[in-house]
Parts: sequence; C-alpha cells; structure tokens
Amino acid sequence: MIPALRRLLTSLPTLLVLLTLSFFLMRAAPGGPFDAERSLPPAIEAALVAEYRLDAPLWRQYLDYLGGLLRGDLGPSFQYEGYRVSELIAAGLPVSMSLGLLAMSLALLLGGAAGLHAALNRGRAGDHAVGLLAVLGLVLPGFVIAPLLILLFAVQLGWLPAGGWMPGRPSDLVLPVVTLALPQLAIIARLSRSSFAEVLEAPYIRTARAKGLPERLVLLRHALRPALLPILSYLGPAAAGLLTGSVVVEQIFDLPGIGRYFVQGALNRDYTLVLGVVLFYGALIVLFNFLVDLAYAALDPRVRSA
Amino acid sequence: MRPGAGLFGLLLLLVSAASPAADENLLRIGNGQEPETLDPHRGEGVSTANILRDLYEGLTAVAPDGRVVPGAAVAWEITGDGLEYRFELRPGARWSNGDPLTAADFVAGLRRSVDPATGSSFAGMLAPIAGAEAVTAGRLPPSALAVAALAPDRLRIRLVRPTPHFLGLLSHSTTFPIHRPSLQRWGRGFARPGRLVSNGAYRLDDWIVQSRVRLVRNPHYWNDRATRITRVDYLATEDLDSELKRYRADELDVSFQVPLVQVPRLRQTHAAELRVAPYLGVYYYGFNLTQPPFKDQPGLRRALALVIDRELIAGKLMHGLAQPAWGWVPPGTAGWPAERPAWTRVDAARRLEEARRLYAAAGYDAAHPLEVEIRYNTHEDHRRIAVLVAAMWKQALGVRTRLVNEEGKVYLNNRRLRRVTQVFRASWIGDYDDPSSFTDILRSNHGQNDTGWNQPRYDALLDAAAAARDAQQRQALLQQAEALILEEWPVIPIYWYTSKHLVKPRVQGWQDNLLDYHYSKDLWLSGR
Repeated sequence: MIPALRRLLTSLPTLLVLLTLSFFLMRAAPGGPFDAERSLPPAIEAALVAEYRLDAPLWRQYLDYLGGLLRGDLGPSFQYEGYRVSELIAAGLPVSMSLGLLAMSLALLLGGAAGLHAALNRGRAGDHAVGLLAVLGLVLPGFVIAPLLILLFAVQLGWLPAGGWMPGRPSDLVLPVVTLALPQLAIIARLSRSSFAEVLEAPYIRTARAKGLPERLVLLRHALRPALLPILSYLGPAAAGLLTGSVVVEQIFDLPGIGRYFVQGALNRDYTLVLGVVLFYGALIVLFNFLVDLAYAALDPRVRSA
Repeated sequence: MRPGAGLFGLLLLLVSAASPAADENLLRIGNGQEPETLDPHRGEGVSTANILRDLYEGLTAVAPDGRVVPGAAVAWEITGDGLEYRFELRPGARWSNGDPLTAADFVAGLRRSVDPATGSSFAGMLAPIAGAEAVTAGRLPPSALAVAALAPDRLRIRLVRPTPHFLGLLSHSTTFPIHRPSLQRWGRGFARPGRLVSNGAYRLDDWIVQSRVRLVRNPHYWNDRATRITRVDYLATEDLDSELKRYRADELDVSFQVPLVQVPRLRQTHAAELRVAPYLGVYYYGFNLTQPPFKDQPGLRRALALVIDRELIAGKLMHGLAQPAWGWVPPGTAGWPAERPAWTRVDAARRLEEARRLYAAAGYDAAHPLEVEIRYNTHEDHRRIAVLVAAMWKQALGVRTRLVNEEGKVYLNNRRLRRVTQVFRASWIGDYDDPSSFTDILRSNHGQNDTGWNQPRYDALLDAAAAARDAQQRQALLQQAEALILEEWPVIPIYWYTSKHLVKPRVQGWQDNLLDYHYSKDLWLSGR
C-alpha cells in the first residue's frame, strides 16, 4: 500500500510537466482559435482575443490557467461557446468510459481464455488457431477492421448501427467495443498463453498433479494466480492503448466521447479543451497504474513484503 | 471459456436490444461538423446555419425553390430611392416560450450582430445598413445602427446605398432576432437546451455535443399548423465515409455530402436519391501578388490560367459534382448572364499558343523553367486537384511545381501572411444570392483578399456599382469588374460548386436551390 501511494504522489510532478509541455506546445503551433476561412474584421478579433484573455503575456496565461486548475476550473472552451471544458469532459465521460471498460473486459476475458486454451493445447490445432488470430488482431488496425465490421453487420445484415450514439441504445457500443478490444485481446491472448505455459511447467504444478489433485483445481488453486501476474502488469499499458485507440474508434463511429474532443480540439486550437483532455488522460493513466500496483500487491506476496 | 461465452451472450443481448429508428415523424439529417454554437450571431459554418434556420426566423425566409418570401415580417414597404425599408411583423407573433415577438427583438439582434464585442464573423454582411461599418470598426456604439422599432410590430431599417439583395440578406442568421431576457440571464451561454428561446418553426430540445442536436416543433410558431415533421435530429457526421455507411444503414434520411470517390458507384446504386445541383461557391487558386514570381506579372498568371483544363477537373476528377469555372461569379447568381467570357471562346490550341508566348515573355523557358509551390490544406480532394494542375502546367509550359500540404490553421496563417505562399488553394461560398458576395472579396482592403491584389480600377468599379441606382447599370459595372479579374488573374477560378446530398425517397418536398437551404418545416415524410 505505502509504495503504491508513494508512486501516486511522485506522479504529480509528472502530470505538471505534461501539462506545461502541452500548454506551450499548443501555443507554439501556428494559427489560433479564431482563425477561420472567413477572416474577422480587426476590431472583432481584438474583442474576442480580449474576452478570452489571449492578449496577456504567455507566462501570465499559464499562471492563470494553473490558478484556475487549483480552483477546479478547466476554463471555457474556445470552440464550443457557452460550454466549460469540465462540462464537455463530463458529457463525454460516460461514452468513453463504457467504451473503454467494456473493451478492457472483453480483451481480458476472451484474451485470457484464449491464452489458457492455447496453453493447455500446446502444439495442437487450437494453439495454432489462437496464435493466428492473435497475429491478425495485432496487425489489423482499427481503421481497417471498423469499416469491415460496419459493412457486414450494419449495412449488409442490418443488425447493428453503423455509427452514432443515442442515449439508452447499448447496441451503438457493440462494434466500437469489438474494434477497440481486438488489438489488446490479441496481446493478452499471447501474454497469457506464454504465462500459463510457463506456470504449468513449474515444479509445484507437477507436485500438485502428483498428489492427485483434479486438473480443474490445479488450474484454479495453483496456476491461475501466478499466471495472472504478467497480464496484470500489462494492464497499465493496455489502458493507455485503449485511450489512444478510442480517439480513432470514436471518430470512425461518430461517438461523442472524449477522444474526439482531443482531435477536434487540436485542429481547432481549442487550447483549454486539449489541455483538459490531456490532463484527464494523464490522471487516468496514473490512477490506473496505482490500481494495478494495489492488485499486484494483493496477488503477489513477494511485492507486499518488499 | 465460460466467461467468454457469457460475454458473447451479453453482446447478443445488446444486439437484440437494437431498435431501428422507426419513428414516422422524425427527420434525421446528416449535418457534417458539430455546430460550434447555436447563437445566431456567433454561428459560422454551414452546419450551424442549417440548424439556425429551423430554430429562428428572420424578417424574410427562403422558399424551397429559392425565392425570398415573407418570414417573421408579413409585409414591407421600400422607399423609391431604395434606402428605407419598413417592415410589418406578423400579428400575435411569439417566441417559443410564449413571449411576444416584437420589432425591438429584431433591433436588438441586428445591433448585437454588428457589435464588435459579439464577435460575429458575418458582421461585414450588414454593411449596407447605415452606421454598420462604423459600429463594426468600433468607432460608434451599437445604438448608432440605423434600425428602429417604430411600434411593437413595426420596424424601420435605413441603408447607406440601395442594395438589391437586402431582402434576401434578412433570411440570414446574422439578422435573426434575440430573446433579450435569455441573453441577459445567461450571457453567452444562452444557446443551450433548457435556455434557448427561439422564434422559428422548431425549438431546441436536446444537444449531445459531438453527436446530435434534436429539435421539436415550436407550438408558438405562427404557421405551426402547416409544420408536418415533429422532430428533427441534426447528427454530427464529420467523416463522409462513415456518413455514407450510416445513410446506407438507414440511420439518416439526408446526407450532408457524398464522398467523391463513391460517386460513380452511387450514380448506379442510388441514382434517384443523389441530388446534385448548382451551388453558390467557387473553388480557386490564388496568387501571392506581393512577392515574386507573381508580383507585377499578369501575363505569367494568365499563361498559368489558360492551360488548366477545367472540364477535365470538373468532369473526370470531380465526377461531374462541379462545373468548370470560366469566370468568378457562379452562374445562376441573381441576374448574372450565363454567357462565357471572351477568353474561353478561343480554341484550345490557340490558347496554348498564347500561354506559351506569355510564359516566354515573362522570361521562362525549358532551360529556366518557372519553379512554384502550390499550398493547400491537407485533404485528399485538394491534393488530387493540385497534382492534376501541376501536371497540366508541366505538360503545357514545363513549369516545375512542388505541392505543399499543411494542416488547416497553418495553411490559413501562411496564406494570410503572404510570405512563403506563392499559389494557394481556396474557396468561397457566397453568403447571399448576389454577385457582390463574390466580387467584394477581391477588393483591395477586404479581409478575404489573401492575394494582396490592389487594383484601384477594380475598387472604383465596385464603388460605382454600389452607388448605382439602376439595377442594370449596377449589373454592367459588376460585369466589368469580373472582366478585370479575368484580365489580371489575381486568382484562377477552377470550378464552381454543386450541392450534393443523398435524400431518402420518403423525404418529400425537397427542392434543389442555389443557396442549398432546406427548411425542415417545408418537408414531410411519407410512410416507408
């Protein structure tokens, strides 16, 4: 518990560095939030720049932003007038969260099960099939898989929506979740296959089998916990992968999640929105790694005592 | 494997819960980009304007066939000199919350539009109204705008010059009225569900940012009895390919656009649903006239303009979704003649000959070819056109062209700064159906004139046209101005736009028009 907490605290400076870098990098990009194909008369542009305080020196704006942050204010969005960034993130959160959590569960359950299946059938057809599918899942990017899935399930068969999001219509999430989960599922399948394979070779498993324990109990009681550790340590990177993947998936499926704000925000030079999303993603990854640390400690006594 | 099977079962359950949108009275419109706001005086894009026209109503409106018809005003009088308009509002007109709609609401809306503090990108459109230019420039307070409420249902607007398209302009969102109590209470945040009070055929019901804006009919609208569609969903469909898939999966009734590469196939599979019609827009290449090699080189510019095969671009590359642009103002614009300008009446061989002569006269030949950059914002369609234009220049004149694609805002910045830019791709969509909406943007001091073209003769022609009392005389002056563009070539017009939608057969009442305005109140749905 204590080392994990310490790690959580030390990640705060990391977040600050992330925020600072993003702030100044955004400002270094040419163009501003009010540049559009239709140019604004000078007096009008000046009024807007003053209203959003873009006329202050950059360091002043940076300090103002940090000050706002301390009060829990992520600032107004430049693009979506009349909306605060925190409101936009709160609105996109349920969509992105359901997408991410469902994809993670799908990847874990199916990936873990497929890996176990392959490990138990090493060298046989089932093992090769899982291996092949895993490679396919790894090499096919979301922007290839998604259109294929849409063509088959939405346009041809008409079973699922092709995109968009209506509150209370869970079917909207099926294709995006599958698209998002596939690469992680493939990685987890390969990880868990090798992990189970290694554990199943261990002397204490042989001992367990030798004392006549049924295979089911051997797996559940002795193999599962140590075999899960490598998968668990992969969950941190997996979460990061899901976050970046969701940016693409939300775009393809027209989902109103946070990932889409990120892309649109960057293109529109919506400084506050991009910073808000960066900060949110950063905090999420830190939090997730903290939870993984806790789970690790719970599963592995060696970590607890260290 | 059991947990996996359980999850698969869950997915199946989700699938079975999918209910097709079988609502008989819901119109689902693919609307491209997410609207940046629903504030009528701040909205900018086409997507935003589409929604605003359903929410609000100006003094005038546009009929399905493109004619200007009475909107919130039931009648008007124009003085003989064309400088004063008096409008009479519809009796008993109301806002969507039941408040009476008065002339003062229109006055407040117009003043807010020209007020620099509002930040309206369309403020310049209201320049014909007396006082507007000084207010927009920050020299006079908004109250100096010459609009007045003579009575709760009477409005007077004074102009600085007769403006033939002024009535049409009053159907534009920048002239919409504002519900003052809402603005007072919420400030800039008034344009949100639960707050927005509007005076059009629909009111705002719900808005999920990046997903959809839902409108429901406004029972207080003066002609609500004639409204047939109860609800309208404007769906954010940024990606054209995704949009097409959603249209084909029957999740949209109207598409915002169609992806170019899919057009040949759609002409076979969806011929009856594909609506392509002339649209008020021009796609062009602009020259940076403040730097070499194009500064003071009208001959060189003309040479480059002459050898572009516009028919090939519009017909083959754009699959007929464009018209070759022989001039600057799109054909069909109010009163504009359809005849082709003089330079096109020469056959291709003679044109090529002239181009080569001009190219040589500018000091270039095979040993010392012109080396030039075409700058465009990253997009597949812009790239394809640039590749083709570069090939045409190369083949006809031996020009060496480098294509430079840049992210949208970077490109805009470079275009405006006129430092590294040589040739840039641009387009302009007219704000109202009048040639001046196109000729104005090449005025020497216009914010949109990124070429740096400064031709006093051109400005003088536009000034004379603006002051002209006679419509025919005005038209003739504007035509002279266009002829001057085609003499000096600060820009090369490449194609004129078309509007392009897929419209499901069940959508009735849809008519193509030059402005591409389609009010939901004028549409209805037949059973599937």
